[in-house]
This record gives sequence, C-alpha cells and structure tokens, in this order.
Amino acid sequence: MIGFHSAPSSGDVLEMLRTMRLIREFEEAAGQALQAGHVRGSVHQYTGQEAIAAGVCFHLVHADFVSSHHRGHGHAIAKGVSPARMMRELFGRQGGTSGGKGGSMHIADFSHGMLGANGVVPDGVTIAVGAAHAVKMQRRNAIVVAFFGDGAMNRGPLFEAFNWAKLFALPVLFVCEDNGYSVTLRTRDVTGGPPAVERVRGFGIPVTSVDGNDLVAVAQASRGLIGQVRCGGGPQFLHATTYRWYGHLAHDRGLYRDPLEVERARQDDCIVNAERWLAQRDVGAGRLEAIRLDCSRTIECAVEEALAAPFPLPASAFTDVQDIGGPG
Amino acid sequence: MSRMTYAQAGCLALRQEMERDANVWALGEDVGPEGGVAGQYLGLQKLFGPGRIVDTPISESMIMAAAIGSSLLGMRPVAELRYADFALCAADEIINQAAKARYMLGGQVRVPVVIRQPIGMRWGMAAQHSQSNENLWVGTPGLVVVAPATPADNHGLLKAAIRADDPVVYMEHKELWLETGEVDEDAQPLEIGRAAVRRAGSDITLLSWSSTANACVAAAGLLAAQGIDAEVIDLRTLWPWDRDTVFASIRKTSRVLVAHESPRVGGLGGELLAEIAEACFGRLLAPPTRIGSPRVPVPYSKPLEDLCRVGPGEIAAAAAAICGKPR
Repeated sequence: MIGFHSAPSSGDVLEMLRTMRLIREFEEAAGQALQAGHVRGSVHQYTGQEAIAAGVCFHLVHADFVSSHHRGHGHAIAKGVSPARMMRELFGRQGGTSGGKGGSMHIADFSHGMLGANGVVPDGVTIAVGAAHAVKMQRRNAIVVAFFGDGAMNRGPLFEAFNWAKLFALPVLFVCEDNGYSVTLRTRDVTGGPPAVERVRGFGIPVTSVDGNDLVAVAQASRGLIGQVRCGGGPQFLHATTYRWYGHLAHDRGLYRDPLEVERARQDDCIVNAERWLAQRDVGAGRLEAIRLDCSRTIECAVEEALAAPFPLPASAFTDVQDIGGPG
Repeated sequence: MSRMTYAQAGCLALRQEMERDANVWALGEDVGPEGGVAGQYLGLQKLFGPGRIVDTPISESMIMAAAIGSSLLGMRPVAELRYADFALCAADEIINQAAKARYMLGGQVRVPVVIRQPIGMRWGMAAQHSQSNENLWVGTPGLVVVAPATPADNHGLLKAAIRADDPVVYMEHKELWLETGEVDEDAQPLEIGRAAVRRAGSDITLLSWSSTANACVAAAGLLAAQGIDAEVIDLRTLWPWDRDTVFASIRKTSRVLVAHESPRVGGLGGELLAEIAEACFGRLLAPPTRIGSPRVPVPYSKPLEDLCRVGPGEIAAAAAAICGKPR
C-alpha cells in the first residue's frame, strides 16, 4: 500500500473541479446532440466517473501520455484536448480531432499526449504499454497512464500487458475505473473467483484502491503513484471504484439496473463531493457557480461551433489510408 | 555480391537498417541468442544488445501492441510473430489497430511497423503451422503486404518494409529459409509494389509469388520442353500489386494462370483474375484460370500434404491445358 501524500490545496481542487465540470457539461451536451440526431453511432458517457480522469491527470505534465477506451471523453479533456475540437469530431465535422473520420471512440490528440480512445477492449492498454516501452527506450522524461474499465479485467491481452509492463519495468500507471458493469452485466456476475483486481497482485504490480467518487482521495493516491512511476519504479495499479450514471452508451437506458442503485450512486456525486470539500474550506458558493457557468458556456460554444462547421470534403474519405497502395 | 541464404539475406537487411536508424528495433519470441526460428536474427542481439533485439514472452497481442505503441512515439519496430498462424493471435492488433490508427485518428500518426509472419508448408507441420493467409491482409485497408521469393528480394524488400511509413505485413516462406542466391550487400531497398519478370515468354503468363513463384519458374522449364513459352511474373508485393507489369504481360501473352499455395477458394488469385478480366478481357484467348490448394486444413501425413501443394507439375499441366484450350 502506498502512503497517501498531503491533501491538495483548495486551489488545486478548484482546478480539478473545473475539469470535472467541463467533462460533465460535455457529456450532457453530447447526449443531447445524439438525441437530436447531430451525433451518429455511439456516445459512451463518462458522467459520474469524472473524479478519476481529473484527479489522475492533474499530476501529469504535457510530455506525459494517456490512453483511453470507448468511454474516453473525460480523459481527453483532462489531458488538455480542446472540447471544441472534440465536439466537432462527434458531429463529424472538419476541424474535429480526427477530421471527422474517427468519431467519439477515436478521439486522440498527439499534441497533448492523448494517444487515443479505443473501440476495442483492452487495446488502449496494450498500446499504452507499447508506448511506455518506447518511453523507456528513448529515455524520455515521461510516463504513460492507461485508463480502462473493470470489464477489461476479463480480457486476455490485458494480462499480457501486465506481464510485459512488469517484465520490462515500464513507466506506466494502470488506472482501472471500476464502475461495476461490463456493458449490461455486473462484472462480479461474470467473474470467477475473487474480484478480478486481485489478479493484478499476482504479477507483482502493487495495487492501490481508492474511492473513485472522492476527488481528493483520487488526487492524493495518484500523486503518490505517479511519483513512483516517474522515479523508474515500474508499473503501478490504481483501482478506483465508481459508478456509471447512464447506460453503457447513450442509447442504453440501463433498464437492467435497479433504479434505487442508480439513485444511490447519484447521491454520491463526485462533483458534489468535491464542492462540499471546498465549501468546508471556505470556498464560496459563488465561485463554484461561476465555474459551472463558465464550463457550461464553453460547451455551448463548442456545440454552436460544431453545428456551424462544414462536413469533411468527400476526398478526405480516401486520404490517410496508407502511403503505398492507397484505397485501390 | 555474395552467395547467401534467404534467412541470411533477411538478417543482413535488418542489421543494415538497425545500423542506419537507431529507431529500428525488433521484438519477438526467440530472436535473441537463438537468432529466430530460422536464424533470421542470428548474431543481432550481440551487435545491438537486448534492448533493441528483444526476446519476448509468448504474447502475440502484446508483441504487436508494443510495436504499435512504440511506433506512435517514433520508433520503427520489426515485430516477429514466428508463423502466420500465430499472427492470428494478434489479428485484432493488426487489423483493428495498426491498419486503422492513421485513418481513424485523422492522419495525426503513422504506424511504421513491420509484421513478420512466415508462411507456408514445411516439414509436415500440419494445419496450425502451415498456413498462407495473405488474402486476409490484402483485404484489410491500411496494410501493405509483401512476400519475397528469393534471397535478393528478401534483402531488398525487408529494407524497404522497414523504411516504409505504413504497416507492412512481411511474409517470408518457411521453405525458402535455406535457399541460396546472389545478394548485393550494398543494394538499395527494392521498390515496394513492383513485380519481377522472372522469365520472359510469349504464350502464357504464370502469375504468382513467394515459393510458388519459384515453382512457376520450374514449371516454365517443363513447358518449354513442350514448346510452350511461358512468362513468369513474381508479384513480390501483394498489396499494392503491380498492375502495369501484370497487364502488360497478359496483353502480350493473352493467357494467364495464377498459382498460389493458399486455398484456391476465396484466395487472392480470384481477386487478381477479376481485375485482369476487367482490364484485359478483349485480349484473352483462353479463360483466365487460378490454381491453389484445396479448401481443407493442411494435413499432416506426407501423401496428404502433397495433395495440397501446388508444384511445378500441377502448374505446367494447368498451363498446358490453357494453351490447348481456345476461347
């Protein structure tokens, strides 16, 4: 068990709260845009889990890398990717992070060290370990954070990744965001033996558990772990329990869940928890409301810009396939 | 010029590229002191150290993902998957990630990985160690597919594959490891996408690649004895394949036989013939024809495995039948 460091300052928590708010406003807007027909395919909302992305990424620097999964908007925003460019990507427009060719599950921004969301579980993690291998070979002063859900804990390649990261002592922090569900099934109902996170200890990778709805706790725990990874101590594993407020994706009404369970989880809102922590430290309600309004306006502008942005030119469907050969 | 084996030629190419570019590294099972299953990495770990010639666990997914992830940060990995059969354990990483990352991410990155996956029947290795499944990779947008048939081509094409900015599926043939040939050590990389006319002829075009291209050269000798002058084209690159050379040859010979070791049904031969029919229909004097192995898993016992082989005899017989068959 890693010793927790001193509590973050109110200023730090305010900054992380802003990230959380930005993510929540983004996800609300994305869900509405999907219902309105402006966004195609799938949108996997991160709502309810914001403290993890915000608390972990707060301790990263520009040179660090993150990789993500299908529920990846929060990690991108927390690593500094422009929500306006992300929204354009969701709307399938020019100026999107992938020029409208990837959509929600393929948001990446290499200028911010965001290696990509990913549509296949757990490929964001295995690729992150590969990136960490390059970091070590190139002697870069950087670390890699791989975010994934508890559902990934039953995929074989993830265990190849754990072994690899330990074997080569790579600078990677694994962050398991345990929202309890593997799509519509409770992860515990499809897991044999003890909770899947117990398996990680078998690889000799230290496991730290934290309440993922407690921003301050996530920030404290990840600060220590990131420091250890940065010092060359090899991989670390952060297990953060949380809850997914909405369904697996925005179309999914989540009827397989007990409404009481959802309601209880909403009472344990990571944003409200963080605001309460700040209020206890004499941060006025006005400042909190100002952050909410500011984030809300930012996302409103992102939506307006996305709606106004042109669709990609047809020719772009045939570019960036490959240099040699092309579409045929 | 030196005489060397196909395996040695590959080893030389990798050594030269690693000397030229510090970002090139190779990873896979048994590539270190063992030197790879056929010696295609022999001595390289001594030269470049265990940090650049990396022995890995039996983790095909992670071998491929490590190659991809490192390429995102500017490395140029050569991923050794041992056999094409085992590459299927990393099919997700190859097809869903390596082939698509550049496109999905809007051109922000390239994935310059070489995916070495030796193909073909050798030594009676049976159904899970003998496959040639190039059609799978040719059908995947984003991938380049290369299959050299000679030591010189293995040298020149591996160098080119390592320098390419695209993911390249690189298929050596296991039966060719010990084949020898002249190799110019100082040769520049060969151009990917360029076929080789291995034998000029005027009566029929034998179109193939890898080990079966060598069988076509032998078949052309058999056909010459029957008075049939066959042209042999070795595609060398399966995607993108060299339309110019292929169509020019068929416009000259007016007959074509495609031969490959993989199953005839659903194989690349069918795709080639469809393109040929569209481009050269009016010039064909006989039905365009393909031969390949029957659609069965590769059997173990020698007489059974032999039924799956497409050798010079089968190729010559099929070609002679085409030449005797007016349209």
